Amino acid sequence: MNQKNTILTTPLHGLHVELGGKMMPFAGYDMPVQFPGGIIKEHQHTRTHAGLFDVSHMGQLIVSGPDVTRELERLVPVDLEALAVNQQTYAVFTNTEGGIKDDLIITRFADDEFFLVVNAACKAQDTAHLREQLSDDIKIETLASRALLALQGPTASNVMAALAPSTTELVFMRGCTATISGVECYVTRSGYTGEDGFEISVPGAEADAIARILLNYADVEPIGLGARDSLRLEAGLCLYGHDMDDNTSPVEATLLFSISKSRRPRGAKAGGFIGADSVFGHIENGVTRKRRGLLVQGRVPVREGAELFDTEGQVVGTVTSGGFGPTLQSPIALGYVASRSADFGTELFALVRGKQVPVIVAKTPFISQRYFRG
Amino acid sequence: MSQTPSELKYASSHEWARLEEDGTVTIGISDHAQEALGDVVFVELPELGDRLAAGDEAGVVESVKAASDIYAPIGGEVIAINDALEDEPETVNSDPYNDGWFFRLQPDDTTELENLLGAEDYAEHCAEE
Repeated sequence: MNQKNTILTTPLHGLHVELGGKMMPFAGYDMPVQFPGGIIKEHQHTRTHAGLFDVSHMGQLIVSGPDVTRELERLVPVDLEALAVNQQTYAVFTNTEGGIKDDLIITRFADDEFFLVVNAACKAQDTAHLREQLSDDIKIETLASRALLALQGPTASNVMAALAPSTTELVFMRGCTATISGVECYVTRSGYTGEDGFEISVPGAEADAIARILLNYADVEPIGLGARDSLRLEAGLCLYGHDMDDNTSPVEATLLFSISKSRRPRGAKAGGFIGADSVFGHIENGVTRKRRGLLVQGRVPVREGAELFDTEGQVVGTVTSGGFGPTLQSPIALGYVASRSADFGTELFALVRGKQVPVIVAKTPFISQRYFRG
Repeated sequence: MSQTPSELKYASSHEWARLEEDGTVTIGISDHAQEALGDVVFVELPELGDRLAAGDEAGVVESVKAASDIYAPIGGEVIAINDALEDEPETVNSDPYNDGWFFRLQPDDTTELENLLGAEDYAEHCAEE
């Protein structure tokens, strides 16, 4: 058996194929890149109505045990003690050099129990990291049989109001247990599109039925990974392995918000996480490069890997994600730019097939985020 | 199913070529190609007067997902380009064989068209990919 030939599927694979999804391998899973409507229509639909995404390829873990809060705080620079039950936070696993091993969402389930959602491509590495770093008293449970659905867009809450009314009272980054059509799910008000929306963790065996119930609503259309990428890019959200990785610190990645104030220098619980010295160096002394948004002038898409130059022709950075923003009707990109050229409004050039394409350093998100904060 | 009009010739790299009555040859990308690419957001065309040999890179078509090169299916001089694609690249998706054409060549040698695939062989080639 050739290991490389085994491709995994999610519990919704059959449904994707039935709906005409164009299937492609992604992080070891056979996933829909788009459905017959195409990426731009799917993108617009999510911005105006509600899109249903299968994100079951992502890793769902439960980490529990005595003093798990303090133990996990060694791996992420977040004040987990301050996290209430059913509250969630964005976080990064740091490495010893202060780089980013992965980014994740942590939800407190109970005093000594957390629910983690990690990137598909990092699942095995993250599980190993947790096992290595946490004491033997801590239980790490991989919820391999569970599916994860995301319902995203301005009318997502109307759909949830009909199916599980209690969930519409959730504000951004809060979760609750809810019963949808007799199935117990864990629902959070979160997502990665910049829109209001929900993520629904559901037993794999029930995922197909729940997805079909959601798709029965006129407002809900299935959305593939192509539009998921263009939506997160417009929302200025990082994609692990592209916009940050083992060699970029949270400070360079402009993810300082993922470091709780109490864990920063002079905070009440300053440091105490892997790579804190390096990260603190970046906070205190500044960084030589920063992640920035890039507004592309004209219509030529500027993609990952394109080099960035200042007006004098000096290399000042690299594009890490780039494509077309259907809401903006323009190409957009994220990239790392030398701090001296990273002021908003700075005019740079990206080199695309030997030609200079003007870009302007911009704030992200490129669109206004519409999270529901109550 | 994607369409492969029988009056056209096709390159295995998914361009089509149509011999016009005036002896020029119009080039575009096939329905199969536009479908595989998805929403087209940018087309880079050759310049008027460019001389291309069969197989030369002649431009780039970019979808939301990725960029793909376009090759000249036969050799010749570029005598017209479809400027309308600059503002409406999506025409390549909606009408790949007519309004979505890319450029027109004054061919060096029209017998080069015989090296290209007929509609049936091309459809078979797509099915095998």
